[in-house]
Amino acid sequence: MAAETIPPGAGVKDPFIGDDTLRPAFFEWLCRMGDNALILGHRTSEWCGHGPVLEEDIALANTALDLIGHTQMWLGLAGEVEGKGRSADDLAYLRDAMKFRNVLLVELPKGDMAVTIMREFLFDACHHLLLSWLADNAKSPRVAEIAAKALKEVSYHLDRASDIVVRLGDGTAESHDRMQAALDLLWPYAGELFAGDEVDSALQDAGIAPDLTTLRDNWDERVRDILDEATLKIPDTGGYTHLGGKQGRHTEHLGFLLAEMQFLQRAYPGASW
Amino acid sequence: MYAQLVKSDGLKSREEMSPEERAFQDRVDNGEKIEPKEWMPEGYRKTLIRQIGQHAHSEIVGQLPEGNWITRAPTLERKAILLAKVQDEAGHGLYLYSAAETLGVSRDELQEKLHSGKMKYSSIFNYPTLNWADIGAVGWLVDGAAIMNQVPLQRTSYGPYSRAMIRICKEESFHQRQGYAIMMKMASGTPEQKEMAQDALNRFWYPSLMMFGPSDKDSVHSAQSMAWKIKMNTNDELRQKFVNETVPQAEYLGLNVPDDKLAWNEDKQGYDFSEPDWNEFFEVIKGNGPCNRERLNARVKAWDEGAWFRDGLNAYAEKAADRRKAAPVAAE
Ligand SMILES: [Fe+2]
Ligand SMILES: [Fe+2]
Ligand SMILES: [Fe+2]
Repeated sequence: MAAETIPPGAGVKDPFIGDDTLRPAFFEWLCRMGDNALILGHRTSEWCGHGPVLEEDIALANTALDLIGHTQMWLGLAGEVEGKGRSADDLAYLRDAMKFRNVLLVELPKGDMAVTIMREFLFDACHHLLLSWLADNAKSPRVAEIAAKALKEVSYHLDRASDIVVRLGDGTAESHDRMQAALDLLWPYAGELFAGDEVDSALQDAGIAPDLTTLRDNWDERVRDILDEATLKIPDTGGYTHLGGKQGRHTEHLGFLLAEMQFLQRAYPGASW
Repeated sequence: MYAQLVKSDGLKSREEMSPEERAFQDRVDNGEKIEPKEWMPEGYRKTLIRQIGQHAHSEIVGQLPEGNWITRAPTLERKAILLAKVQDEAGHGLYLYSAAETLGVSRDELQEKLHSGKMKYSSIFNYPTLNWADIGAVGWLVDGAAIMNQVPLQRTSYGPYSRAMIRICKEESFHQRQGYAIMMKMASGTPEQKEMAQDALNRFWYPSLMMFGPSDKDSVHSAQSMAWKIKMNTNDELRQKFVNETVPQAEYLGLNVPDDKLAWNEDKQGYDFSEPDWNEFFEVIKGNGPCNRERLNARVKAWDEGAWFRDGLNAYAEKAADRRKAAPVAAE
């Protein structure tokens, strides 16, 4: 596929690129980072031209744009780490659903604005903590650099989403009910963000990624504060969490999303766009 | 252009003008800018509201045909460029609604008139985008035609409109270059890509020519608008200029402009070309274009389904204001 812009930090020496032992886990982890941004960016972009008010339309397009930018950085690095010559575009457009590593939360249909904003809030609250840790602590300089770049934008997304959650939660009866319904729908998916597996442990051991339990505690506190202020109640799901996206077992929705997103690359293989 | 068939009153002669109108006309003739709080003839204000409103609606409805391909853009970079472009168009809508607000009409009022069909948007956005090259063709031809009209409008007499145009034109020329870049890729790509590029040009050529509005001889509203400098050139002048600039660009792409009569005319130093089908144009304006219903329905649906969202935000703002009033002043 076409040559892409050089990812940030491409000249920086990173001891983890070319580390054969870590390679499979590092590649998986980078795909998770990139795929979350790609799929959430895609869902967010579906609003373009259809937002409830012009300012919101612009803000959603801007968020989607930021997320596509993050995708280019994470998947670009994933391709480098994998070392098989695959570009970010190859990874985005030429993998099938079972090779995608995003959490289920981000692939659910966009729903109404309540679902869209609540999802962004739940995801960003985690994403922001994760990126902050990575920017300050990740031993891989390339990872730290991408995280620092993405963090600026995600801080803004999180502030905006938190603010709207509070306003709509504590707005009219209808906006409250819609936000509550969105929270009830999405809450059982949020836990996957913190469900660690051997990939997470390998990255944590290498000093590239944080301990997910600590992350979850910080997330819980932050999310509960905002939801409280929004007069919304966390549903009692008995601790049940939908899992599988990080390992490539997705909902039925992802296949349709990819069929749409990958259409041109699949219909005209090898063409340059 | 983005504003076609904007109604205005007939041209007044100097003798028919009141002293105020005459002084106003002198300021316009001297190239002075008219600012919101200053006196202006009622006809000037009303015509500007129609024109700026129609232009704003065109930016907003114009998001739809291109938005149609955002989720199918073929690379991450193309997706990002297209998202940024469509976001710019929404921004243009926002500046223009703000410019219209300085004339005493709210954005909500204008949008209500769009939704009820009382106000129009450019006919071009009632055509579908059917293949990826259409995204190139829209940037190249539609943004290109918009620029033809809007560059002169940077000198329009109404200050806020002129300043909005200056901001918007910078972005539009960027859009046009990006559109042309897509066309270059497609026209020099695989045979299938080249076929898509030619198909896009075939479908968008005449609708782009229609963007300038009917021929001068049928354009009844121009004279007063031109005297007020809210229209800077005639429809035919701009159409000719557009054809002159665009034909060599099509040749460079190796694409055929779908017009057998197209020929360079040495005497006029411009191309002779076929007129678009004006019956089709008037049908599209009446609501019978291929996508009129979808476009308007999409806007109305977005607005109606967004009501609870807007109401929620407003309710919160009111509650927050009440709380501030009720809260005891911080200990002094
Ligand atoms: Fe941004
Ligand atoms: Fe525009
Ligand atoms: Fe544009």
